[in-house]
Amino acid sequence: MSCFHCGEACLTEKIRIEEKHFCCDGCKMVYSILNQHDLCDYYSLNEKPGINQRIRVRKDKFAFLDDQKIEARLISFRDENQIHVTFYLPQMHCSSCLYLLENLHRLEDGVLSSKVNFTRKEVEIVFQTKRSSLRKVAEILTSIGYEPYISLNDLKDKRPAIDRSMVYQLGLAGFCFGNIMLMSFPEYLGIDKSEEGLRGMFRWANFALAIPVLLYSALPFYESSWKSLKHKFLNIDAPIALAIIVTFIRSAWEVLSGHGGGYFDSMTGIVFFMLAGRILQDKTYRQLSFERDYTSYFPIAVSVLKDGHEVPTTLPEIKAGDTLVIHNEELIPADGILTRGKAFVDYSFVTGESMPVLKEMGEIVYAGGKQTEGNIEVLVVKEVAQSYLTKLWNREEFKKHESKRVSFVHLLSRYFTYIVLTIALFTGIYWQINDPSRLWPAVTAIFIIACPCALLLSNTFTNGNILRILGRNHFYLRNAETIEGLAPITHVVFDKTGTLTSTDQQDINYQGKLLNQVQLQQISALAANSGHPLSRALARELGVARGMEISSFRETTGKGIEGFVKGDHLKLGSAVFTGAIPSDSHETMVYVSINDEVYGYFRFSNHYREAIPGLIRELKKDYRMTVLSGDNESEKENLRKLLGDKTQLFFHQKPEDKLQHIRNLQLRGERVMMIGDGLNDAGALRQSDMGIAVSEQTNNFTPSSDAIIEARELARLPKFIRLCRANRKIVIASFILSIVYNIIGLFFAVQGTLSPLIAAILMPSSSLSILLLTFGSSTLLAKRMKL
Amino acid sequence: MSVIIVLLIASISVAALFLIAFFWGVKSGQFEDDYSPASRILFDDKPSSVSK
Repeated sequence: MSCFHCGEACLTEKIRIEEKHFCCDGCKMVYSILNQHDLCDYYSLNEKPGINQRIRVRKDKFAFLDDQKIEARLISFRDENQIHVTFYLPQMHCSSCLYLLENLHRLEDGVLSSKVNFTRKEVEIVFQTKRSSLRKVAEILTSIGYEPYISLNDLKDKRPAIDRSMVYQLGLAGFCFGNIMLMSFPEYLGIDKSEEGLRGMFRWANFALAIPVLLYSALPFYESSWKSLKHKFLNIDAPIALAIIVTFIRSAWEVLSGHGGGYFDSMTGIVFFMLAGRILQDKTYRQLSFERDYTSYFPIAVSVLKDGHEVPTTLPEIKAGDTLVIHNEELIPADGILTRGKAFVDYSFVTGESMPVLKEMGEIVYAGGKQTEGNIEVLVVKEVAQSYLTKLWNREEFKKHESKRVSFVHLLSRYFTYIVLTIALFTGIYWQINDPSRLWPAVTAIFIIACPCALLLSNTFTNGNILRILGRNHFYLRNAETIEGLAPITHVVFDKTGTLTSTDQQDINYQGKLLNQVQLQQISALAANSGHPLSRALARELGVARGMEISSFRETTGKGIEGFVKGDHLKLGSAVFTGAIPSDSHETMVYVSINDEVYGYFRFSNHYREAIPGLIRELKKDYRMTVLSGDNESEKENLRKLLGDKTQLFFHQKPEDKLQHIRNLQLRGERVMMIGDGLNDAGALRQSDMGIAVSEQTNNFTPSSDAIIEARELARLPKFIRLCRANRKIVIASFILSIVYNIIGLFFAVQGTLSPLIAAILMPSSSLSILLLTFGSSTLLAKRMKL
Repeated sequence: MSVIIVLLIASISVAALFLIAFFWGVKSGQFEDDYSPASRILFDDKPSSVSK
């Protein structure tokens, strides 16, 4: 029996409306809201499209949106009548979501329109200033299961608009190229002497059409070559820019002097193809961000206790000495001392500890942890920017943004350029001696024909296609250079929590006196009553209990739960709570007592992802491996079994330790690939030669990295690496092919007899054959690897 | 002969119109989101039976 709303297994039969069962009251509530407003198409468009609502959002959570300053930061437009705002809704995943979100006006009268951008997972909402408010809109979204993700990052300046200039440049180049090609036909096919005037007109029209390509479309090549020359580095764009300019001047001279039609078609053609390759290669995944820092993880505002009232305050305004109220499931934004309540803090993302940590009053809690049970109050000792976690980002490693590697294509093109310059020089000397009038035609023709555009094309198209194939398999690379970065790796470093193990699942073992079926059901029923993560996991493991009456249920935070189930008094919880003898192991245990007799305990251990054993087996063949865990040593033996004797295991690693460890490996000459997921891995991911962030769902937070992989695709990582390695071979193969074309062209060029017709045949045929070769071979390879 | 000039101008102007249409399409964000327009058209526009 699964929930009608979200499809998760229902732990009890009680939550239902008519025939429809729900897993929790949250899901039921969303259903009744939608039912009331006649929006049940939501359920017919997709099977169980909902998002689990077990963890309800606190009622006043969005109170901070009433704050004028915060509101002004978030909205994009405001006047007396309407306000425009764009919310990021990471939960969006199917057409049902789209349907519901675009019908928002049926749920909230003040909403005028809402438009979804599915690839960015954003919704742009326009609402009436007088009839609704930002808070109301956020709350209505939350009530139907789409809680807007508003982080500290949103307080920063508005993000830059998307740069579309390269698409315009491509469009313009395509337009000019097509027309020039058409109008070059009369030239190639021969025109009668009687139509001299017509021929002149075609030439001038070509000339005019080539100007915008020279001045606008080719801009990226000038910019990039200028940038590289400033750094005293000859990249591939420099000879290309030179070839474009030389071709234009030579052709312009031909037209002006009436000698011929020039090479405008070849020139605009290469610009068009190269731009297309660039765009393909630079296609980014807009819904992903590879640059996230802690600000995208932290909330925008938090409740500060002032004179007994909770006042929403933005994070930068929090001072040491303020008292914060942290509600259930909220993040602790600053280091502080616990002054009220019992904290049960989930640090898995920050330190790598897999189980929530209990903190008593007076203890220090660090920023980044998530409170998992009840409300607490924290006295701030350090401002947000000074906290233990954020300090990591102030280190040097995080400030530099330069790219880590230079593509081998640039080196290849450099040799190529030197060779071409030498050929040009010798040809020039030869014609200077024998026939000075043919010197310039020959030399310029060499530059035209020997531009390394074929190399650039093969590189960009191969990279673009590989990025596309990997993206289809949920492995997203930051940019094309990263493809080459995967090849020289010698050492793989893993994080444990969240990377090798999955954070939302645990393996549960029972040890002790045998429990019968009824007793197991009693335990399950009791556990299902509690919201504690361990109880929930236990209830899930034991299965649904039917027809169990529970009375005088009591939950003691940090200790355990108790109650009467079918007349028996059950206790689940810590050793002390149940009356068992405490053990001093690091493991997490939940003891069971029935009618004050201790039966035994359930041991919770990390659940390793199914993909991991296979992945390790594959990687073992080629790489040395290390595990750096922030957690304690309780998993040491399991890890040893899984990873073999040669792998080094380190525990209790702080974020700095991880970073330092990677650096030490690099000093020993290793090329390190770091695979991690949490904020504590951020430094190590940054320092490594190749940082891969593992994400449970692509929409959640991942620390800045070179690549993002979805957790369920981890098993295929070795395949992805092999595909990336093949990249170089494909580029070189197509480069050799292009050199054949170049040699044919040079044969004519050095003699000074390169006619526009030959150029016009060579250029597109070489470009097209390179396209076919690169695309074909990379796609074929991926097919054979079953990607 | 002069008819070729007319044809030339006509063909380039038509092509230029398409170029402008392309620019407009890019600018208005038509190439941004390739999922929602395709699904949006499939939703039935049922008149709301619940009065507002």
